[in-house]
Amino acid sequence: MKGNFIDNLPKVYGIYTGGFIGFIIIMAIAEQMGMTAKAIGIAFVAFTVFIYALIGWLSRTAQADAYYVAGRQVPTVFNGMATAADWMSGASFVAMAGGIYFKGYGYMALLVGWTGGYVLVASLLAPYLRKFGCYTVPDFIGTRYGGNLARFSAVVVLTVASFTYVTAQINATGTIASVALDIPFQYAVYVGLISILLCSMLGGMRGVTWTQVAQYIVLIIAYLLPVFWISNKMGAGFFPHFMLADEVARIGELEQQFGFVKNAAADLKSVPKGLAGITKAHSAVNATPWAFISLALAMMMGTASLPHVMMRYFTTPSVKAARKSVGWSLFFIFLLYSSAPMLATLSKLSLIDPNLPTGIIGKTFAEVEAIDWYQNWNQANLMFISDFNGNGTLELNEFFMGGKAVVLATPEIAGLPYVISGLVAAGGMAAAMSTADGLILAIANAISHDVYYKIIDPKAETAKRLLVARVLLVIIGFAGATIAAMEIQGILGSVIWAFDFAMSGLFFPLVLGVWWKRANRQGAIAGMLGGLIAGAWYLVWVRTGGSGFLGITQLTFGIFGSAVSLVLMVVVSLMTAEPDKATQKMVDDVRVPSGKSILGKSH
Amino acid sequence: MSNQQKHWEKTRGLLFITLAIWFVFSIGIFLFGAEMNEVTGPFGYPWTYWFTCQGSLGAFVILIFWFANRQEKIDEEFGFSEREDE
Repeated sequence: MKGNFIDNLPKVYGIYTGGFIGFIIIMAIAEQMGMTAKAIGIAFVAFTVFIYALIGWLSRTAQADAYYVAGRQVPTVFNGMATAADWMSGASFVAMAGGIYFKGYGYMALLVGWTGGYVLVASLLAPYLRKFGCYTVPDFIGTRYGGNLARFSAVVVLTVASFTYVTAQINATGTIASVALDIPFQYAVYVGLISILLCSMLGGMRGVTWTQVAQYIVLIIAYLLPVFWISNKMGAGFFPHFMLADEVARIGELEQQFGFVKNAAADLKSVPKGLAGITKAHSAVNATPWAFISLALAMMMGTASLPHVMMRYFTTPSVKAARKSVGWSLFFIFLLYSSAPMLATLSKLSLIDPNLPTGIIGKTFAEVEAIDWYQNWNQANLMFISDFNGNGTLELNEFFMGGKAVVLATPEIAGLPYVISGLVAAGGMAAAMSTADGLILAIANAISHDVYYKIIDPKAETAKRLLVARVLLVIIGFAGATIAAMEIQGILGSVIWAFDFAMSGLFFPLVLGVWWKRANRQGAIAGMLGGLIAGAWYLVWVRTGGSGFLGITQLTFGIFGSAVSLVLMVVVSLMTAEPDKATQKMVDDVRVPSGKSILGKSH
Repeated sequence: MSNQQKHWEKTRGLLFITLAIWFVFSIGIFLFGAEMNEVTGPFGYPWTYWFTCQGSLGAFVILIFWFANRQEKIDEEFGFSEREDE
């Protein structure tokens, strides 16, 4: 039966996609017949979450290798989709276009960083870790370097990085659930959490894999459909990606015409927290080469160190498939990432061009305040105008918007039906849920497999192991939700920190584990703990008013952390004895794709 | 040199080529971002802007598939490729 299911995947997801499109059409018709915006929003979120929960339930399992690595039979293309959903978080979906809208080029370093990292994943790590046959990333570290301390250090780094990341994702699910279902954020966070756990608890990695594929399909339709629709509606071009050069140039012209007027600090005080105005040129190079490159580099190395991504490549049937699968992952990510700047361009132009019917710059305040969508988003605390110079007309520097509004509000501004906004909410929910699932599972698996089974109770039976794994999943989920409900950090900030933590502690111990035979246990432990501590110290130092050095900021502290990690790892390895013959042989075996995996099928 | 050493030598060679191409699209271009943005690039976008939006991203996708194919050839050449039923 199982083999059957794998063979039928294209058909199953084909029907699913058709069904989802059918659902969108039904909602569109219902809207015409008078269904309220609120009901449509609820229907979209409830329907999609129900489907994910159903898939999660159908994927339930009692086998260790199905729970940890989906039975290692996920075909390349589907694993690519699952990885793309795993990867693209609430931040990518909701915040990225907004970041590009406000900060332009300097921000787009994230686009390059969050895609270029996959080249490192494909060439340095994924195929070798797949050959290793591990269940988790610390499983590789623990076996390659040997010893419980090395394994435990890897679990520590993994937990710090992934937990930082997961609170941001639960926060995002909560935000969307609270808007779509119209309930307070504190409760919405737990609604989000329960949806997340429904996908992963029964089926582990198998459940997460098949729900992530379903979530990818929802999120990519929800992102691309509005971009194409808006572009066509504005007459900007049939295929926006290739046709927006004129619009980009026009924004440049308007920026020249309006100028970037600097607001007085006293005026800015009246602007609600979290909203920003357009202060940077849209397509000009507005960051120094190092500022751009250091951010991109940190994100690339972080990508290659984040365990929830790496473990997706443990689920492919072969080493060869793992490599190809990385390519497919990036292709599916590319579809969304290359659309984000287009959405930012369309959104900005439709707001600021006085020649367009939707443009508000140059209108009188009374006119803008009378617009429906302005009232809605002003109420939602995502838009704000204020007549600083008292001339009665809206200037570029007098218009403020929240980053999320670019994705969430643009369809409404461009005059698309509300069904699209409901679709976008479902897409954002899918993006945040899929990432949260991958992360919670990565942490719970590392603790249940590496700490509980490998260190505490190596004789535990499968049923007991999986019970521990599931209990941990719930505990970690609730811990994440509780912290998310406190709203300590913005979504994007915590995501970037997670990358920096991961690269500080794990990048070099992972890469050198494959590529440098001489790397030994002492070196790896020094590299992991030293890197993590150095990175964390730098972050705290800069946050508490430290000046930093070499232009490394709180967003790129991983560069410092990983440099310390590399130096420590090399120096300590060379000062201590080289790894024994068995370990060296193990490294040789990892380097060839054929033959048995290092760890047994069920370990 | 054993078969396995030769295989690893070639694999390492491919890694360096891959990383060199990766370096150009992820770092090299942006060293000259300001200068290059003056020039009109593909589809009429400014060059650097286009690379950050699409060019580099697309190059990475192609690069990974190219790398995967080359690595498969290397594995086959030395008889290390996996059997289909494995």
